[in-house]
Amino acid sequence: MNFKTSLLSGLALAAATGGAALAQGKTLNVLDWGGAYGQSHATAYNAPFTQETGINIVVTDADNPAVPIKAQVEAGNVTADVASVEYADAVRLCDEGALEMIDPAILAPAADGTPAVEDFLEGGVTECFVGTDVWSMVMAYDDSKFPDAKPASPADFFNVADFPGKRTMRKGAKFNLEFALMGDGVPPGEVYDVLSTPEGVDRAFAKLDEIKDNVVWWEAGAQAPQLLADGEATIAYAFNGRIFNAAIGEGKPFNIVWDGQVYEMEGWVVPKGAPNLQNAMDYIAFSTTPERQARAAELISYGPLRASSSALVGNVEGKDIAMGPHLPTAPENLALGIGSDAEFWVDRDAELTERFNAWLAN
Amino acid sequence: MANALDPHAAIVVQASAATPAPLTTADGQPLTRALARSQRVARRRAFMLVLPLLAFILVTFALPIGQMLGRSVHNDGYSANMSRMAAWFAANPPGTEREEAAFEALARDISDAAAARTIGIVGTRINYDVPGTRSLFTSSGRQLRELPDPPFRKAMVEINPQWDNDRLWVAMRSASTAVTGNFYLAAVDRTRNEDGAVMRVAENQRVYLMLFWRTFMLSLLITGLTFVLGFPIAHLLATLPTRRSNLLMILVLLPFWTSLLVRTTAWIVLLQQQGVVNDILVWLGVIGNGQRLQMIYNQTGTIVAMTHILLPFMVLPLYSVMRTINPSYVRAARSLGATSWTAFRRVYFPQTLPGFGAGALLVFILAVGYYITPALVGGSSGQLISNMIAVHMTDTLNWSLAAALAALLLAGVLALYWIYDRLVGIDNLKLG
Repeated sequence: MNFKTSLLSGLALAAATGGAALAQGKTLNVLDWGGAYGQSHATAYNAPFTQETGINIVVTDADNPAVPIKAQVEAGNVTADVASVEYADAVRLCDEGALEMIDPAILAPAADGTPAVEDFLEGGVTECFVGTDVWSMVMAYDDSKFPDAKPASPADFFNVADFPGKRTMRKGAKFNLEFALMGDGVPPGEVYDVLSTPEGVDRAFAKLDEIKDNVVWWEAGAQAPQLLADGEATIAYAFNGRIFNAAIGEGKPFNIVWDGQVYEMEGWVVPKGAPNLQNAMDYIAFSTTPERQARAAELISYGPLRASSSALVGNVEGKDIAMGPHLPTAPENLALGIGSDAEFWVDRDAELTERFNAWLAN
Repeated sequence: MANALDPHAAIVVQASAATPAPLTTADGQPLTRALARSQRVARRRAFMLVLPLLAFILVTFALPIGQMLGRSVHNDGYSANMSRMAAWFAANPPGTEREEAAFEALARDISDAAAARTIGIVGTRINYDVPGTRSLFTSSGRQLRELPDPPFRKAMVEINPQWDNDRLWVAMRSASTAVTGNFYLAAVDRTRNEDGAVMRVAENQRVYLMLFWRTFMLSLLITGLTFVLGFPIAHLLATLPTRRSNLLMILVLLPFWTSLLVRTTAWIVLLQQQGVVNDILVWLGVIGNGQRLQMIYNQTGTIVAMTHILLPFMVLPLYSVMRTINPSYVRAARSLGATSWTAFRRVYFPQTLPGFGAGALLVFILAVGYYITPALVGGSSGQLISNMIAVHMTDTLNWSLAAALAALLLAGVLALYWIYDRLVGIDNLKLG
């Protein structure tokens, strides 16, 4: 079995990477998400890293890099050195022993000497994860559809009578249950306490029930701004980066309401048995300096995790607009939302996903 | 005559009674053996020719599918990392009071698993059966890096009272052997209660059976629709002069060659509430601006888009079979007094059945496994079972459950294939 699996994944990966990883020592294999996000890594991290160290970076894109990591480690044939994963997946994989430990001492301190661990947002550095950025699920509306009163809070999202039009939400339990509770008046700080009880889950579903007939569910990230632009929906609960691109990049009249945002970290992990371990650690240290983090935030509206990075973030790449206020980590935005609780979701994901799908279908 | 009692004579008799010497080749070998050898060489050479394909299918198809199916009944996440517990469960039959020894095994196993960083695997495995227990293992593991003082039962309950929970112990017992049927139970909305008996899950958790049923019904409906829409087209294509039918054929093939995603999003543009069809209806005054029809992000959207996308798979086999039907049969029927309807029903239509069989089987099997289109246009009521398989593959990473769902889907398709074979006969299948 083991031989077969390794043979199999070996063949598949050799084909996938085109044998480019063969030159050991001077290469680093990065598993990334692709798209605009992968592009921001390429510009802010990869190009300067190669320039400085001469290490050639081979990027492989995956829908969710956590899936190939699990497959590679289980098959005992690891070809990736560094991967960008969501925080919840990092927690899961770390507990399963699929990741290498990362020594926080390799991370650069802030300019004023603050140690890296204190400079990062809470939870941004764990024993096998170093966060790079924060994205969030935010409420956004089409300004042209609300000439008078503008929706301004999660409660308004669930108020179809005063703020008419369809809503669009991600098809899934995660984020929506938290948002529903906030819409029902639960203060952000208590959302997970309430959601941990059966009554809390019922309450969240009951709140979603109120707008069930008025929701268009999106699945791919690009759908949400498209639905707003087409007029199919008037208010969305969607990835902040996608809304930002449509609003700033394409000039759509979309406004983000940061009240009720649920943010989540993503960052680097090193699969257990990574072939170029030292290069991987060097790369992580290099890409998480305050300067590199700030540079990445100019390319995509995902907030840097380091407090000392925020001040360094300049204008949106190629525009005359300051990026700072558009980031989920801007202090005034951060205060209005909550961080997604990885431990909660790792525990309850399957159960609540099933319940959500049963709810959706009936 | 030889003496029957003389042993030498017996040998002589046998020798003379033997068949004439076997045919031999020029170099003295028996012909049958030479022939067998030369055939063997030819067979081996033929086998060498198909070997690349065989290896390819084995490596890219049979092995991964076999491995995936294996996952649905085999998960050693618990048994491999909790050896003392596995031994305790093996030594004590169900119903045994869990005494101090059991809790000692539990505490030591968790402590070891936490040190070996496999506690997450253990917790994940139990979490599949008892939701919400993964963090019980990981957090207890952090506290058990140093073993507590005996008595262990009291110590474990102090760490978390959940450790004395019946349902948890049932789940741990069933996970203590790597081979389990629990993922199949979960795949048909069943679970085990505190006594280990199989029962249905809570009403608000039941989703898979309904999705299987919906997947099969929608696939049947889509197969029927493609037949109703495809039959006249195929007939037209088959009876028109070649030059014109080739032109029309392009119209069938062009969408066939277009990317699936493009076709799906094109339907979104057409059918959405602010889309082309609704705009035209409003402009014509058929419906008011406030009553725009909801034609997508629901079952209707799934049916329309999938029927369109799968139509060529019905048209092409029908067309190729219809091309071979000799028109003189229908003419003969007509000349013998059949009405055009009777001639169609009793003479023409039965001859198209092999094409229908092939087309229906193709469309149905493709529809049963469809994923992207329902994900994009299905909304809440147009989801199929494949979407749940995808969720468990990429979101919850519960590959065993995904494998069990996929195996059930595969079994369903094979069962239908078998029924088809019994009713129609697979020999009657014609792709061209």
